[in-house]
Amino acid sequence: MVAHLNRKRRDPVRTRRKVKTLKINGLDVSGTDEQTILEVARENDISIPTLCTLEGLSNIGACRICLVEVEGARRLLPACATLIDEGMVVKTKTPRVVEYRRKLVELLFAEKNHYCAVCVSNGHCELQQLAEDLGVDHIRYPYVYPELNVDATHAELGVDHNRCVLCQRCVRVCDELEGAHTWDMMDRGENTRVVTDMHQNWGESKTCTECGKCVQVCPTGALFKKGSAVGELEKETEFLPYLKVMREEQ
Amino acid sequence: MEKVKIGTIWLDACSGCHMSMLDMDERLLELSERIEMVYGPLVDYKTIPENVDVFLVSGSVSTDKEMDYVKKIRENTKIVASFGDCAVTGNLPSMRNPVGTRDILQEVYSQEGNPCSQLPGMSEDTPLPRLLKRARPVHEVIEVDQFIQGCPPHADLIHLIVSELLEGRTPRRGIRTMFG
Repeated sequence: MVAHLNRKRRDPVRTRRKVKTLKINGLDVSGTDEQTILEVARENDISIPTLCTLEGLSNIGACRICLVEVEGARRLLPACATLIDEGMVVKTKTPRVVEYRRKLVELLFAEKNHYCAVCVSNGHCELQQLAEDLGVDHIRYPYVYPELNVDATHAELGVDHNRCVLCQRCVRVCDELEGAHTWDMMDRGENTRVVTDMHQNWGESKTCTECGKCVQVCPTGALFKKGSAVGELEKETEFLPYLKVMREEQ
Repeated sequence: MEKVKIGTIWLDACSGCHMSMLDMDERLLELSERIEMVYGPLVDYKTIPENVDVFLVSGSVSTDKEMDYVKKIRENTKIVASFGDCAVTGNLPSMRNPVGTRDILQEVYSQEGNPCSQLPGMSEDTPLPRLLKRARPVHEVIEVDQFIQGCPPHADLIHLIVSELLEGRTPRRGIRTMFG
């Protein structure tokens, strides 16, 4: 579905980028034909909330938080995984879009066991922040309370599936930047989990290089450094775009 | 001016929300001129009073007794506020939910692996409140008019929202609040 987004860099001499113009929230904006709605919006200081997307990683539209209305499209489209087009009319803040985003965040809280008050990421969590930004003051859906485990077999790092929102940032950074592909997904629907190797203990992984990038990109406290107490875990993701450029130039 | 009747209660919670309420410090004096405390941990009423204007409910609903309390509170109150994360989300009391009531009690009360024959609040004739199958956020049990997030909610937030509630307003939007 999103194969067209994982584009290679074009040869600047042989191919010319085409400029496309469009409207976002009534504002005339433009970008090149390889840019997404999200990229163009950000260039023009139009904020669209996101969760799974991260600069330096490919865009997969996993979380749907960045859904926007595009005139002529019956469905809402993920801004991070939709390329701009000539004459497109995009709306990022309609009541329909805002309500969908709220519902999505509430469902994320309802389907796993998030206890912000005692989480290592309390105060630095992207899910918690998103809930605040969207005005989620309670969860309207019944909580599922699934019984989920914690893999603490790795010497320094751990994964708590209770806090995982399945954004797949860990999967992408491990594959695309570290080149190890230790992380992947298993099962489907409500049983979907991130796994290390072939669903083996992280501590016994043969492929993990112990670089810790997955922990840094994880938006919640699902991936954590052992020994962090409540609210102590702050994550750094600024290195990603630089690393990506350096890897590409090698 | 007639004073606004206000009640507070803590259900399955740690009392931290009430401690944070005390952190309003001298602002409590201003508030005290406008309110009449009709129920709360420091008020010696045994039953939920009638015709309450604002009720702050902290803690999750975890026992049959707490269930009776909140239903009575809803009946007798104009504006009910979920006060703090345990009331709003279930928070720490709900950590037992994935495990199950009997299993968690057994885990807590068993000694060195020996199963405990008497688990508190599990038998039919117990005088103790009986644990519900799940610790639940208040809004799953009764209708809630206002949510005050935080573990505990900051004193400034409590003051802001209580001031609004005293005016009869429920500021559901426009005030930035956060879980945790």
